[in-house]
Amino acid sequence: MTDLAMNNKTTVKRPSLAVNIAGIHLKNPVMPASGTFGYGEEYAPYLDLERIGAIVTKGLSLRPKAGNPTPRIAETISGMLNAIGLQNVGIDDFIKFKLPFLREVNTPVIVNFFGNTLDEYGEVAARLADLPEVAGLELNISCPNVKQGGIVFGTDPKAAAEVVSLVRSRSQKPLIVKLTPNVTDITVIARAVEEAGADALCCINTITGMAVDIKTRKARLANRTGGLSGPAIRPIAVRMVHQVVQAVKIPVIGVGGIVRAADALEFLIVGAKAVQVGTANFVDPAAMLGIVEGIEQFCIEEGIGDIGELIGSLQL
Amino acid sequence: MKNFKTIVLSNQEISSGYYRMRILAPGFGKVGKPGQFIMFRVQTSLPPLLRRPFGIFRTGFLPADCEGQPPKEYLEILYKVVGRGTTIMSGLHEGDRVEVLGPLGRGFDLGVAGNDKILVGGGIGLVPLYMLAQELVKSSRVRLLIGGKRRDDIIMVTEFERLGVNTHIATEDGSLGEEGFVTRVLERKLQKYPRAEVFACGPMPMLEAVQRLCAAENVPLQVSLEALMACGVGACLGCVVKGAGHSEQNPQYLCTCKEGPVFRAERLDWSKLTDEEGTCEGCKS
Repeated sequence: MTDLAMNNKTTVKRPSLAVNIAGIHLKNPVMPASGTFGYGEEYAPYLDLERIGAIVTKGLSLRPKAGNPTPRIAETISGMLNAIGLQNVGIDDFIKFKLPFLREVNTPVIVNFFGNTLDEYGEVAARLADLPEVAGLELNISCPNVKQGGIVFGTDPKAAAEVVSLVRSRSQKPLIVKLTPNVTDITVIARAVEEAGADALCCINTITGMAVDIKTRKARLANRTGGLSGPAIRPIAVRMVHQVVQAVKIPVIGVGGIVRAADALEFLIVGAKAVQVGTANFVDPAAMLGIVEGIEQFCIEEGIGDIGELIGSLQL
Repeated sequence: MKNFKTIVLSNQEISSGYYRMRILAPGFGKVGKPGQFIMFRVQTSLPPLLRRPFGIFRTGFLPADCEGQPPKEYLEILYKVVGRGTTIMSGLHEGDRVEVLGPLGRGFDLGVAGNDKILVGGGIGLVPLYMLAQELVKSSRVRLLIGGKRRDDIIMVTEFERLGVNTHIATEDGSLGEEGFVTRVLERKLQKYPRAEVFACGPMPMLEAVQRLCAAENVPLQVSLEALMACGVGACLGCVVKGAGHSEQNPQYLCTCKEGPVFRAERLDWSKLTDEEGTCEGCKS
């Protein structure tokens, strides 16, 4: 705790915002959602990367991935649809060109990854296991925009457990599993993944959606459907995080439509131990800083000395 | 590159459906290069959720409001009202709060001094060519070929002429200048000035035609592309185009925001540049 001088007469205790997710120490609970923050470097001109809790990198695969045809994005009411298709540089180039920059930043790096096959999931996890710069892994079993390497593993509890067990056996790194909301009951998947050895969960990924250009009568995305993100999905995300927190013992990271501190606080109150900010990074590249400051300010106003007091404090 | 929280200085309709917005932007002129763009946001408004990309038309100075203050540096964007975002923008007034992220992307290379320069602008696509012309006229003869569907689409001609640029207008309905596509004018000019360098911005079908003509005459071409984009800084990967040699096995996607928006024509795969025709954000936002 440090003293924050407000004026000559009073000093206010600066609240502790630090949280621990599966052994990863975060100075505050705010981090970017994978795929909205590149490899960190893209946003370095706009915000101090050492002021956010963690950096979560763009979904990574064994080999470079081309991604989907364009148009890949479309704005909808209070949200955006995307079908990027997990375009990424592949693990070799990630290690060679992206990781050296991240090494110099004093913020934990969480690497989001996926595989086209079960074996590839294991292989990427093994390759990442030995890298000291990587604080943790975020296993993506929830991308709605590619046939393999995502949602097929995330919508079936058995397949999800299988990929989690495999990755668990190939890496000792803290393992966060990112879940899809595009299922009948997210708690079934959450429990299966917990039993298979996940250290933490992250929910939710985008919600499958579609938009049509009425003049051309074509889908607005070349992929036809895409993942909906942004403020439009926040109430759904808060509800699902609430359900998952009740269903599992491992920590949950909440994500979905967070734009301001108040949005992040909703997730923390329902029990998320940390939050991810996605689409808001596109709108305001310094959005996460505002959210960190807003959470701190809220704690000061509410007389909260440690963010832990707030987490899961939902009045039932 | 910076995120400016700033204000609108003026916002005027300059032709039917076309607007010019002047935004307070201290220090912007020093960093901005011809062909760069900004991501624009109406600060107090949701929707639209995402920022919109706009080419920088020009930068300049206004006299200070009050003696003793420094002159007010501004940047100007031009836009056509086509959708929700630009409709909201058209209602902005002096003093309204906005955010400008930029200058972003790679601009034009100025080419070989002394060589004839031909600029081709289609409709609102002429925006990034103004600052380019400002630079080029210092050492080369500059011609601007402007195309549009009808006379309302032809904007800012006088501004270019004041720089000493020779202008040629073509409209599809013949309501101003020559009747037909602007690329017909280009075809003639390329015959007359075989050592020219060409710079183009406009709708994709126009750019494709310009590319074919320049390739046939072996004339260097730089194009400024427009694309739907969410972030403007290379993170969302929403604005990619296919680079030369692109294939599924060897993907060569280039980010319009970061590796562009200006590309040398030979860097792009013209046979399948985009999967959809026309990605002009000016036409959809």
